[in-house]
Amino acid sequence: MKAAFRPSRRGFLKASAATGGGLVIGFVLPAAGRLAEAAQPFSPSAYLRIAASGRVTVVCGLSEMGQGVLTAIPMLVAEELDADWTKVRVEQAPVDKAFANPMFGIQATGGSASVRGFWEPMRKAGAAAREMLVAAAAATWKAKPADCRTVKGIVLHKSGRRLSYARLVARASKQPVPADPKLKDPKHFVILGQDLKRLDTPPKVNGSAKFGLDVRLPGMLTAVLTRAPVLGGKALSFDDSKTRAVPGVKQVLRTPHGVAVLADGYWAAKKGRDVLEIKWDDGPHAGLSSDDISKRLTDATALPGKVGRDEGNLATATVPAKTLEAVYEAPYLAHACMEPMNCTAWVKPGEVEIWAGTQSQGPTQGILGQVASVDPGKVKVHTMYLGGGFGRRSAPDFTIDATILSKLSGRPVKLVYSREDDMRAYYYRPASVTRFSAGLDAGGKPLSLRARVASPSIMEGSGFMKLPPNGVDRFALEGVQDLPYDIPNLRVEYSQQEPGVQVWFWRSVGHSQNIFFSESFVDELAHAAGKDPFEFRRALLAKQPRYKGVLELAAEKAGWGTPPPAGLQRGIAVAQSFGSYVAEVVEASVADDGRVKVERVVAAVDCGMTVNPEIIRRQIESAIVYGLSAALYGRITFKDGKVEQGNFDSYPVLRINEMPRVEVHIVPSGEKPGGIGEPGLPALAPALTGAIFAATGKRIRRLPIDPDMLKKA
Amino acid sequence: MISLTINGKKKNLDLDPETPLLWVLRDELGLTGTKFGCGAQLCGACTVHLNGKPVRSCGTPLSQAAGHYVLTIEALHFTHVGKLVQKIWLENDVPQCGYCQSGQIMSATALLTQNKSPSDAEIDAAMSGNVCRCGTYNQIRAAIKDASAALGGRR
Ligand code: FES
Ligand code: FES
Repeated sequence: MKAAFRPSRRGFLKASAATGGGLVIGFVLPAAGRLAEAAQPFSPSAYLRIAASGRVTVVCGLSEMGQGVLTAIPMLVAEELDADWTKVRVEQAPVDKAFANPMFGIQATGGSASVRGFWEPMRKAGAAAREMLVAAAAATWKAKPADCRTVKGIVLHKSGRRLSYARLVARASKQPVPADPKLKDPKHFVILGQDLKRLDTPPKVNGSAKFGLDVRLPGMLTAVLTRAPVLGGKALSFDDSKTRAVPGVKQVLRTPHGVAVLADGYWAAKKGRDVLEIKWDDGPHAGLSSDDISKRLTDATALPGKVGRDEGNLATATVPAKTLEAVYEAPYLAHACMEPMNCTAWVKPGEVEIWAGTQSQGPTQGILGQVASVDPGKVKVHTMYLGGGFGRRSAPDFTIDATILSKLSGRPVKLVYSREDDMRAYYYRPASVTRFSAGLDAGGKPLSLRARVASPSIMEGSGFMKLPPNGVDRFALEGVQDLPYDIPNLRVEYSQQEPGVQVWFWRSVGHSQNIFFSESFVDELAHAAGKDPFEFRRALLAKQPRYKGVLELAAEKAGWGTPPPAGLQRGIAVAQSFGSYVAEVVEASVADDGRVKVERVVAAVDCGMTVNPEIIRRQIESAIVYGLSAALYGRITFKDGKVEQGNFDSYPVLRINEMPRVEVHIVPSGEKPGGIGEPGLPALAPALTGAIFAATGKRIRRLPIDPDMLKKA
Repeated sequence: MISLTINGKKKNLDLDPETPLLWVLRDELGLTGTKFGCGAQLCGACTVHLNGKPVRSCGTPLSQAAGHYVLTIEALHFTHVGKLVQKIWLENDVPQCGYCQSGQIMSATALLTQNKSPSDAEIDAAMSGNVCRCGTYNQIRAAIKDASAALGGRR
């Protein structure tokens, strides 16, 4: 693409140029207040500004939920800009098309897609700015751009002349924006691949970081919302006489989702809610129980489902010497983000403003436009720090209800979920059951494998996706459908079952349960074949070099094949998700009373080229902890239509005294970057249950792990 | 009227004495560095110091703090150990999402103030009330050990 755009009078670009599907130079949205200072800085795209002081501000449209995106994105820009990293700052973007992730075309943070989506656009933005700065310097010197180079915020001419970016800002603004700037050869990277410190740490150690829950507006009321205790129930009537007598309570309002108490501050709202009397119509799910759901899913796997993958022919496969069948099950899970869901909304005539830790600015704009009957463009989203996301904060419930309450009350409203509200607000990782059957030949090689998965559909439940014509939800099958092993006859089927519980994206989505299923079953095959679980996998991954690479690295670093430390046993598993390959070896013990303790986890990751290896190691470790909490304790269950868990006592999570040592090894790679927020999770559970099998001879086929099953008789 | 000292300043508050200190700090005084995580003394996100001891402010009624000294993350750097712990937390890039970290830092500072050479078991005992859903536990432990070394603790 040759076209070059001239920046407008203000130095802002109106148009956008797309190359290779990515937005190269976005448009700048002169948000109010920014215009005044805009005469000064050099702003060749929506993604960055360089001030006359030399300060580089990278504007990031992605949400920071701990994964380090507010550091990684600036690193992409800074690399190609040859910026002085000490002068780089980051700023949270408003909601605007310019910040849509090219991977899915909307402004949202999820699917471990931030670096993958912005790998090119952000670097191009930096490269374009660099070329303009070089052109400006060359024009000043009446020299050729080719005789200039850049380093740490300075343009250098071969004669020894030099000009800092700060001094070139005004002149660079007058240069045309190159539509297709040249990117560096990765071997010249000086910022990418470095363990740079995070830009968001300082406010996170002194209490000044502002999360959604920390928003305070003049005249704001705090709301708590009581939802039906039974799934799908409705409020018939309520008596708020006692509630209104609580000092500080201002309003009691009914919304489509329950009854809200609005007050001066959370405590008054909560006290008001505690004495609120609501009559509920329990609706059709009053009898719902987890046992019924489990039976329904299990029964469904006895019948054929919709075909997601079909290779070879199960029927005509050579008669196996040995056959195996096993049924695996995983429960509904809550995300249990550290910061309970919340949103502050202010509905004004013709416009809505919200402050929230949201993972989905783009869709939120559209949804709240509908809720408040305003033009979506009139919905302003202020993205706050997210106290954990894990997929939960891409759901719209908290922003919708806050907006409804502000509209009804005429006041700015901060809706706060209690921990119990948060845990009982649905949006769960789907429960799932998978029935496997397989045949091995006399030498222990797998001939055939069939997997039948039964679970609710995230695609259908999401409200913004539809099941494809073949009826297969890809999230329900990912991690089973893409089984990488060399098995000639393979069939994967899906049976959609909807017990009525809202399901949602949960860190690593379908892989979170499906890799547990498939990798455990592969372990069972190895055992049936009389082979070592590592060697068995390796032999079947001959055509999958990246799987094999991480598997071998994890095994080597963990000392696979050497005796484990006294009292411990090892298990191993491998998975690919979100474009990254991760193998994990777990060392664990099982006490006589059945209690499982994980001592050490060794992970090997191939995520292609790295942006910030330290952040990668931390994300892998973070996902391991999240996966370990789920494997040991995670379970949302229903009785009489009600969720049985409510807080960290009934929904335990891993604590520091249970924390294993974790080592993360990164495979050097020149491949395109893969995702990193989620891929560390899936392999943990099967590697752990493999270690448990080695220790006890008992195969865990159902999560969470039941210590009773592992008790010494 | 309830009187107490918060971050070195005397406060006279005309509030329901049953109000948990957490909401007094956050909603009345705008000290939002102290976080709400569970409201049931199960997660530690709301940890503050009451007369130098770590307490869960979500389970501490205002009446219990009357006449006492409350210290929150916002003023922690006025203490020698607190300032050091924050510096080491920063150098080690401990936080991920950061939401639990005020509570972690308050608990760690209380531990190190009272015991500058905590063993692993003592770290577990002092810190296991603080949940981190991002899983920064190993970084927390390493930072406590670094702080211990900087304080001249035995290795
Ligand atoms: S909010 Fe106080 S311990 Fe969780
Ligand atoms: S850093 Fe996110 S919960 Fe601890």
